[in-house]
Amino acid sequence: MKVDTSINGRAMTLECENGEFLAGALRRYGFLSVKEGCDTGSCGLCTIWLNGKPALSCCLLTARVEGQEITTIEGMQEEAEEFAHFMVAEGAEQCGFCSPGFAMTVLAMKRELTNPTDDEVKNYMAGNLCRCSGYVGQTRALMKYLEVHG
Amino acid sequence: MRYIGKKIPKVDGIELVKGTPAYTSDFDTNNNSLIIKILRSPHPSAKIIDIDTTEAEAMGGVECVLTHKNVTDIKFTLAGQSYPEPSPYDRSLLSDTMRYVGDEVAVVAAVDEQTALKAIKTINVKYEILEPVLDLETAVDNSNLVHTQEPHVNFDIGCDHKRNIASTFYKENGDVEAELKKCDLIIERSYKTQAQAHAMMETYRATASIDVNGRLNIMSSTQIPFHVRRHLSRILGIPKSKIKIIKPRLGGGFGGKQTASVEMFPAMVTWLTKKPSKIVYTRQETFSCTTSRHAMKFTVRLGSDKQGNIKVVDISALSDTGAYGEHAATVFFVTGHKTLPLYGRANASRYHGYAVYTNKMPAGALRGYGATQGTFALESAMNELASEIGMDPAELRLKNIIRVGDSHPDLDGNILQSSALDRCIETGKEMIGWDEKYPAVFLSDSKVRGYGMAVTMQGSGIAGIDTATAVLKMNDDGFFTLIHSASDMGQGSDTALVQIAAEILDVDMDRVIVVSNDLDTVPYDPGAYASSGVYVTGNAVIEAAKEMKKQILETASRLLNVEEKELEYDGGNVSGADKSISLDELAQKLCSFEGKDQLIAKGTFGGDTSPPPFIAGFAEVEVDIGTGKCEVTDFVAVADCGTVINENLARIQLEGGIAMGIGLGLYEDVVYSKTGRMVTDSFMTYKIPSRMDIANIRTAFESSDEPTGPFGAKSIGEVVNNTPPPAIAHAVYNATGLWITDLPITPEKVLMGLISK
Ligand code: FES
Ligand code: FES
Repeated sequence: MKVDTSINGRAMTLECENGEFLAGALRRYGFLSVKEGCDTGSCGLCTIWLNGKPALSCCLLTARVEGQEITTIEGMQEEAEEFAHFMVAEGAEQCGFCSPGFAMTVLAMKRELTNPTDDEVKNYMAGNLCRCSGYVGQTRALMKYLEVHG
Repeated sequence: MRYIGKKIPKVDGIELVKGTPAYTSDFDTNNNSLIIKILRSPHPSAKIIDIDTTEAEAMGGVECVLTHKNVTDIKFTLAGQSYPEPSPYDRSLLSDTMRYVGDEVAVVAAVDEQTALKAIKTINVKYEILEPVLDLETAVDNSNLVHTQEPHVNFDIGCDHKRNIASTFYKENGDVEAELKKCDLIIERSYKTQAQAHAMMETYRATASIDVNGRLNIMSSTQIPFHVRRHLSRILGIPKSKIKIIKPRLGGGFGGKQTASVEMFPAMVTWLTKKPSKIVYTRQETFSCTTSRHAMKFTVRLGSDKQGNIKVVDISALSDTGAYGEHAATVFFVTGHKTLPLYGRANASRYHGYAVYTNKMPAGALRGYGATQGTFALESAMNELASEIGMDPAELRLKNIIRVGDSHPDLDGNILQSSALDRCIETGKEMIGWDEKYPAVFLSDSKVRGYGMAVTMQGSGIAGIDTATAVLKMNDDGFFTLIHSASDMGQGSDTALVQIAAEILDVDMDRVIVVSNDLDTVPYDPGAYASSGVYVTGNAVIEAAKEMKKQILETASRLLNVEEKELEYDGGNVSGADKSISLDELAQKLCSFEGKDQLIAKGTFGGDTSPPPFIAGFAEVEVDIGTGKCEVTDFVAVADCGTVINENLARIQLEGGIAMGIGLGLYEDVVYSKTGRMVTDSFMTYKIPSRMDIANIRTAFESSDEPTGPFGAKSIGEVVNNTPPPAIAHAVYNATGLWITDLPITPEKVLMGLISK
């Protein structure tokens, strides 16, 4: 089937099988920042934006994004780089496999919440698992990032 | 120092965060690859009586169906260890004997995933179901055998398949029984540690194709590319020269990818069909069909005098290696080897027991490699001893820990040459507020905060066995290529090694580019395990960089016609006797007829010692007396990894390792049903710590100067895992009066303990 959608601001038609999830389709079309870490919607690695809000692309049927706007980190390179500098300054990225999904959630939160408390940040980010970092470096990086850019 | 000891961002950090392609699947974009799926045993122990694959083979789009009937029956181990491996050759590619739920029955390769899955469903298997061995404690001398044939072993590891024993170990230093008789106080306690999943975020995956030279190309997310090539060569029966291995960045490994769990399937499919193929394990397969940490059971005896001087440390253990013996002997050995020296001043010590086969998923390497399990047992017993004597447990440690100049038979190289463990303990006490808060602070009738501690050690590389080489090449405008093969799975070996090279060469770090992914190009390195990256490969890089400097001076001397001893190199220029040449000019001259040379330097290192890093860990645990719920509200870890090469890299190792240790202490548990099926095979059923579970991890470094280490450095990658479980258990005791001796410390265990008290 064919699905008309917009990806990173450009109109695109995705050809896909019935029942294919968006994460796989995006990777097939070369949006390789989109990672998958689970089969159960539990890890947040596949986070993209659907109409500007974070969404798990592994749980989203490609057919469902007809007419919607998709954003991956490939479309957010400048902002992502800004945030990345805070991450590497804290040494908060290790294997990096969770990082694109994590960064997409952070960038969405920055738009959505003004002056969030520590708890609000934790809650917003709760769905993004990371096995390497122990989270505390990520939190340091993202609080400093919000201080400067929030 | 220009770079050593600084907070240096990872060379690839920015691009990783931005999602730039870096991992196996990112480069494996051949949409025409065959997709491999595996039919797995539903039984923990069974024999295939009959297997019918006719329907699958006839199905359109199916290109290859493999069963035990049509593949080699050569035996091997998948352990990532230097050859000859100290693991039994007890498995084959596909066997007619099923040894755990998830064991491979048949491999199907088809044009797409759906077809492969459909084909698998049509395969008819008739099993003779056998009685499984599911309990670690009754495995030895059980009438049911996991392996009925004697596996080949390269060494005498005490493998006795007729008793379900994969490995036997016994080592006594001094006379334990005689010394115990002299002790004022002896405590004897039993402990249990559970199997833990690596749960790296990138699941296992590998891809295969044949190149224009007819060579088998394997790209894999592996910590052990050289060992993978050796294993594949044995399994496929083809020379290593026929196999090219590419190893991109890893999305985490933690020791899981120190076992070659998946590469053999695409390798075999592609070698037979000559078509590209790939396998990507699902999260479920990653949990239930690879490896986990060895579950272990311990009895610890400690003997001391009234003043708390430890005289005897005696540990016996049983380890569950599951269906196959990868890393069985070595993990078992390391458990004692990396714990006994901690209290090396004791008059006698002993470590002994068995690693046993059961019909469960095989165990393997996992960060800590047995030391994690051993530390829980030994440090819990130390804490119990302190409370029996009525002594501050930090004092007990300070009185008994091994010090610089002390020796112990289990210390490789015998004498301890560097340690700041005493300072780690002092700093940790201060950071957590030990003197004010220990043992507990009562917040309300139902909430108590307990405080607990533990110390630990690990090694840096494998002494007397592993060796690595690094190569430096000067390029045509005077920048350098560092060629090495330590697998970067996030720990930042590429960055640390570039730092080391740039430090010695005295050049900007961006003048050193790094190549570490193609086995056709890189020199031998055993891989990313045993905490070797900075210590073993780092030392090799130092040698290579020194050699490069020597070559630069020699060449400048020739080109400038000035004696070498008059020349000085400052990173940018070589000057002397009023003449000077820049690296850029020098490099360009070498590409011309006048210069006619290329500078290529190598350095090799293999340690005859494995200097231990140390950590003192302190836990603050808030216990809800009403529900038994325990929360680590603060964890302080102070590490001695020698010289800290890069604080950014060292700190995230420490923070991440502590979080993983908190997981082992409180949440994580690989659980099997009564019938032997793993129940915890998703992130819904297997809980790793989430952001909500990690309140506060605070870290500090107390450096020591390790004379054999690169710039005085020791390792940090594994030691970080070990202190949380015993420190948490200790804190729970101080909050509740309960010693929890089997991990994880769940609310149920705490509540049941409180009720029965
Ligand atoms: S892949 Fe894990 S939540 Fe989408
Ligand atoms: S950095 Fe490896 S999972 Fe987050």
